[in-house]
Amino acid sequence: MIERPESAVASIAQRNLEGYVGFANLPNQVYRKSVKRGFEFTLMVVGESGLGKSTLINSLFLTDLYSKDYPGPSLRIKKTVQVEQSKVLVKEGGVQLTLTIVDTPGFGDAVDNSNCWQPVINYIDSKCEDFLNAESRVNRRLMPDNRVHCCLYFIAPSGHGLKPLDVEFMKRLHDKVNVIPLIAKADTLTPEECQLFKKQIMKEIQEHKIQIYEFPDTEDDEDSKLIRKIKEQMPLAVVGSNVVIEVNGKKVRGRQYPWGVAEVENGEHCDFTVLRNMLIRTHMQDLKDVTNNVHYENYRSRKLAAVTCNGGVDTSKTKNQMTRSPLAQMEEERREHVMKMKKMETEMEQVFEMKVKEKKQKLKDSEAELERRHEQMKKNLEAQYKELEEKKRHHEEEKSNWEAQQRILEQQKLEASKTMEKNKKKGKIF
Amino acid sequence: MAATEIARQAGEGARAVPLAGHVGFDSMPDQLVNKSVNHGFCFNILCVGETGLGKSTLMDTLFNTKFEGEPTQHNQPGVQLKSNTYELQESNVRLKLTVVNTVGFGDQINKEDSYKSIVEFIDTQFEAYLQEELKIKRTLHSYHDTRIHACLYFIAPTGHSLKSLDLVTMKKLDSKVNIIPIIAKSDAISKSELTKFKIKITSELVSNGVQIYQFPTDDETVAEINSTMNGHLPFAVVGSTEEVKIGNKMVKARQYPWGTVQVENESHCDFVKLREMLIRVNMEDLREQTHTRHYELYRRCKLEEMGFKDTDPDCKPFSLQETYEAKRNEFMGDLQKKEEEMRQMFVQRVKEKEAELKEAEKELHEKFDRLKKLHQDEKKKLEDKKKSLDDELNGFKQKKTAAELLQSQAQQAGGSTTLKRDKERKN
Repeated sequence: MIERPESAVASIAQRNLEGYVGFANLPNQVYRKSVKRGFEFTLMVVGESGLGKSTLINSLFLTDLYSKDYPGPSLRIKKTVQVEQSKVLVKEGGVQLTLTIVDTPGFGDAVDNSNCWQPVINYIDSKCEDFLNAESRVNRRLMPDNRVHCCLYFIAPSGHGLKPLDVEFMKRLHDKVNVIPLIAKADTLTPEECQLFKKQIMKEIQEHKIQIYEFPDTEDDEDSKLIRKIKEQMPLAVVGSNVVIEVNGKKVRGRQYPWGVAEVENGEHCDFTVLRNMLIRTHMQDLKDVTNNVHYENYRSRKLAAVTCNGGVDTSKTKNQMTRSPLAQMEEERREHVMKMKKMETEMEQVFEMKVKEKKQKLKDSEAELERRHEQMKKNLEAQYKELEEKKRHHEEEKSNWEAQQRILEQQKLEASKTMEKNKKKGKIF
Repeated sequence: MAATEIARQAGEGARAVPLAGHVGFDSMPDQLVNKSVNHGFCFNILCVGETGLGKSTLMDTLFNTKFEGEPTQHNQPGVQLKSNTYELQESNVRLKLTVVNTVGFGDQINKEDSYKSIVEFIDTQFEAYLQEELKIKRTLHSYHDTRIHACLYFIAPTGHSLKSLDLVTMKKLDSKVNIIPIIAKSDAISKSELTKFKIKITSELVSNGVQIYQFPTDDETVAEINSTMNGHLPFAVVGSTEEVKIGNKMVKARQYPWGTVQVENESHCDFVKLREMLIRVNMEDLREQTHTRHYELYRRCKLEEMGFKDTDPDCKPFSLQETYEAKRNEFMGDLQKKEEEMRQMFVQRVKEKEAELKEAEKELHEKFDRLKKLHQDEKKKLEDKKKSLDDELNGFKQKKTAAELLQSQAQQAGGSTTLKRDKERKN
């Protein structure tokens, strides 16, 4: 089922008024302003040629949208599916309505109708896109609402069921626009045939899970009863006519047959009045609201998600991203990036510091080692020096001792030789 | 409010066609009204004024109920904004009313920054709405609009002119919110003084270029009453929740020894005019102005600040997709540049540090070489000394050996001489 957005009511303090304040006049203010602004509505009609689409539009709005000067699309032969719009301004009871009727001539008329829904989808999307661009501008002024608010789909009165084309079209469009299926040219079906046909169609619609426009529930009991009645009559079987005929003294719109007149506005003949009341008199605003709050929002979120998520993102992240605007999205990414960079920076910093420390440590160690060895060698040398000194001293001692000894010996020798000389001289020696 | 309700020109490019009967779309306004009533309405009022000017009392009087709040003291350090939301119902119309009060306004010695917190508050509400509007999945339909729709500016009843704080504040607020200036506690001013006061205030506002809210005169139904009321601005009001018996009715009034000021008596004060204009006639217009003028201005400034433009340099309009993609690319480029910069900086530092360490290493090697050389020199000296000592030792040894040899020779010779002598003797 198409979701309708719920109004959130937070728990807020209630206050009772002890007298007339006057804001009950707000609705009147709103009324006044809306009349001054005027209203817009875009209605799209889709169906094969000859199902009476143009006639029905004329009947609905009691005007000649397509006349001699502005011929309807059905009078022109089309090779491919076209999407054409006509804009008219109608006034009633002080209320101004700019009505845009979008027709799709050529739909379903070709032999091969594959993709004949594509131009229709393209049109709807392009109107949504226009609105989205206008809404997203920096300078927003006039924002004309050309989005398609309602699509009347005409089903040929075969009496059997939906054609494959019908199913295919509705399936493709039910999530883009409010689809209201209608049985066209219902005056070819008897009431019983009509009932069976309707049941069959609804069954098939449910089978294929097609979401047609649903009437909102109201709190009012009477309205709810009416709505339930309408729901039972879906899809509405309609007859259209541009011709006014006199029946029993009354002038009515109808189709004259030899066997009688099928009156357009006779509830027993067809569901035209139901359609008109529902479409124009009671639910026109709701159709616009659903288009704005549901179909357009779907389009927008799909479009924006495609723009920002750049495809290929894991679904867990995507869910989170949907609740943010694309700008907040970028802010988030920026923040993440900054954090990532900070982390990277600290990591690189750490590695850097560590390496520097290592290197410095190594240098220190080498230096210490060097010092140590130097000390050692110095000590070594000093020891050797000391040894040498010892040796030298020892030697000096020895030398001086020996020299002293030698001197004594010399002395003795000298004295001995002196004595010998003396004795020689004395003649002891001959 | 749906965005579609921004000013639209009906019927552009459409041709008018006559209707042959009653179609029924004249019920559209009713459909719209029914939807709005079902959805409920929302209105936010900001009361700005010095402490003690009767703001809370006036709110209570306007809405015929008792709102929260106790009278505040005068010793607040700064201006704070307190907001309270209430649900009111009158016949079938539900109104979510938010009353925001400025607490501590005008109490500080230095009031230069008084207006800042007010402007910030208003901007915060705009920002919240903007964020919601820009979300990918948004729920504007059920969003609780907190933007300020009307600002009641309370002027102290001095009888002379506006205070400079008033002028400064109103000048800062006039492009952000609909300002409705009112003279508070006007039962302190006599009728003649009041007329002069109003004229003075109006002229001061005009000469300072302050744009206060003008009641709209474009809709014929209300144009007349609105333009009359525009001439009575600023409204001189008196608020009271107490009732006094006048004649055989209980009316809201303030009782003085010299008489009773009736709040709802139009010859006593402009309270009824204020209520009429603010609530009964122009509430919807105040909301619309806030959305289409003040909010749009904020949004435009914010988006331009972020670098969004409507047209590219060739004046071709950007589509939404292009805008976002351009922004995104710019943004990505920015991030990459930052990353590059950081990397470069690191590379630089590494280089520098390496050079430093290399220097240190070189020095160490030099030191090592020097010490080595020193050591070698010392060693050499030692070797030399050793050598010389050895030489000396050898020399000495030789000498010693030589001397001993001589001695032994001498002894031998001495012995042989003796032998010779003995031989001679024998002969």
